[in-house]
Amino acid sequence: MTSLMKHLALAAVVAAAPLMAATTASAEGEKYILVSHAPDSDSWWNTIKNGLALAGKQMDVQVEYRNPPTGDLADMARIIEQAAASHPTGIITTLADYDVLSGPIRNAVDSGIDVVIINSGTPQQARDLGALMYVGQPEYDAGLAAGQRAKADGVKSFLCVNHYISSPSSTERCQGFADGLGVELGNQMIDSGQDPSEIKNKVLAYLSANPDTDAVLTLGPTSADPTIQALEENGMAGDIYFGTFDLGEEIVKAIKAGIINWGIDQQPFLQAYLPVVVMTNYHRYGVLPGNNINSGPGFVTADGLEMVEKFAGEYR
Amino acid sequence: MSHAHTQLPDDERIKSRSRLREALIRPELGGIVGTIVVFALFAVFAFDSGMFKSQGIMNWSQVSAQFMIIAVGACLLMIAGEFDLSVGSMIGFSGMMIAMFSVTLGWPVWLAILVTFVLALAIGALNGFIVVRTGLPSFIVTLASLFILRGFTIYFPQTIERKTIIGGVSEVAQGDWLAAVFGGKILTGLFTWLGNAGLIATFDRGLRKGQPVVDGVPMLIVWALVLVVIGHIVLTRTRFGNWIFASGGDAQAARYAGVPVNRVKISMFMFTAFCATVFATCQVMEFGSAGADRGLLKEFEAIIAVVIGGALLTGGYGSVIGAALGALIFGVVQQGLFFAGVESSLFRVFLGVILLCAVILNTYVRRLITGER
Repeated sequence: MTSLMKHLALAAVVAAAPLMAATTASAEGEKYILVSHAPDSDSWWNTIKNGLALAGKQMDVQVEYRNPPTGDLADMARIIEQAAASHPTGIITTLADYDVLSGPIRNAVDSGIDVVIINSGTPQQARDLGALMYVGQPEYDAGLAAGQRAKADGVKSFLCVNHYISSPSSTERCQGFADGLGVELGNQMIDSGQDPSEIKNKVLAYLSANPDTDAVLTLGPTSADPTIQALEENGMAGDIYFGTFDLGEEIVKAIKAGIINWGIDQQPFLQAYLPVVVMTNYHRYGVLPGNNINSGPGFVTADGLEMVEKFAGEYR
Repeated sequence: MSHAHTQLPDDERIKSRSRLREALIRPELGGIVGTIVVFALFAVFAFDSGMFKSQGIMNWSQVSAQFMIIAVGACLLMIAGEFDLSVGSMIGFSGMMIAMFSVTLGWPVWLAILVTFVLALAIGALNGFIVVRTGLPSFIVTLASLFILRGFTIYFPQTIERKTIIGGVSEVAQGDWLAAVFGGKILTGLFTWLGNAGLIATFDRGLRKGQPVVDGVPMLIVWALVLVVIGHIVLTRTRFGNWIFASGGDAQAARYAGVPVNRVKISMFMFTAFCATVFATCQVMEFGSAGADRGLLKEFEAIIAVVIGGALLTGGYGSVIGAALGALIFGVVQQGLFFAGVESSLFRVFLGVILLCAVILNTYVRRLITGER
């Protein structure tokens, strides 16, 4: 009988442990919640999660990652409201759409929660909302810089594979690239969807319909990985000019193999890691850097890939 | 009449049941039990997290109200024996139409909203018309509209404005009478008083220092309650409600009995489209923009809420109150998991398990009381 009781007690403790852990940790330290706009299917955000977890461990604070499962920004607004209602020490959030998210973010700021804007949005918008700072890569400028670089390499036309067409910042990247080249964006941007085989087939279809396309621009691993496969399949790999935003394991391999000319690294690790460090120090000692932090853009080419290769998909 | 009735001898065709049992045999009983269980659980695990303070309550109430609005439409349609998978796409489409009419074309907001409602009702009627005319499963027909509407929602703003999110609705909606019906707030005075009395949280800093964080009940919640009440009355107190049950139970038998089954089904498709558009309008007015990705997967969330609420997927059985409770359970569980600090990558696992449990509990309770096999 007593052994049965023991078993029951043990089972109860095991079942309750995860919940206990969550409550005891928040009782003594600071708690930061990172809210992103990324759907569950976007693997790029893994780096953000890892950066966040590492910062939480190093600074000895509690961190949480939240996102709308389908990427629906109205759902994201609810998540920010929810995060504010649970009264963390600070909220780190992306600003994918100012109209939708500005209300909830301002409410959080006004109810005494410090906010850092990361990844999307602009430094100006972050200031308007009363956020502490902005950590990220201005998207249009990054696209423009990439376009100018491609123009110098002799590119005149391109295909932009947009896998997240509902986010304005994705379109800005393509628009910036077109402006950098000095051409009209027109029909050179395709809505590829999120499914790898769908993306691959759309790229193949576009390139066979427009065989004289000079360059391909992808917006992250979600669109880059299937595009690499598509180019290998139709024999254009290594021949067509190929640039991509963001890094990932397959992208790094392709840079090394000479299929991709360059990758634009916005260093998402820093976007998750730095806000936690900055805010923890701000809340503990009252010190705060006096400006926004640009985490990118940096161009990654075949030179000096070792470090990138080692940590691709994890911290890079 | 009733006097004569009581004097009749017991009719052997009518089984007598106790008053208590009579009161218990309702489709919404499972929903009531589920609601109590869910609230009890979160009261234990997430009580200190702010979930039951004004801001937290408003958070899950709004999410639940959103589910309720689409669940009422989905519930009545399901009782009438059909499905609508285009609800999510309809939400995205209607929102986009309102934004494009009002911002891109510069129409007054009330006109944009009215035209969008007419458009949505027409699409709902078309869905219903195709279903009753071709005899195809509504599953397939509305799956097609899911893709068609989503496609247009991306295509129109992309070709006309070169972007997929149309903002600036808040500015043009300023002072518009119909916009306030969807995006306004009521009882603001009460909340200001509560804030001043220190009963609810107020802003600590900024321009609104001292004002309550929750400053009123959004019209979204009012719409949800109104739709639930109207839906419940129509379903249980009117002849049309009986027609809905009859159409979903056995359409052919209903036709023989003189029920205009086709008309009932088409009007129910129009009603789901109406509910989706109410959802979309409230969302656009609250957030000030429409996006091509709004409403993704909402059709399934509506169906889940309805099934948790005790309706049968096969039609002919269900209740609007049950669906509303299902929406409440779904909303509270979804937001409550955040409050309880559940690891985010496990979030969907928990959601799935809890929803499955709710449906099983519900079905079990229903069988227990109705004695159905």
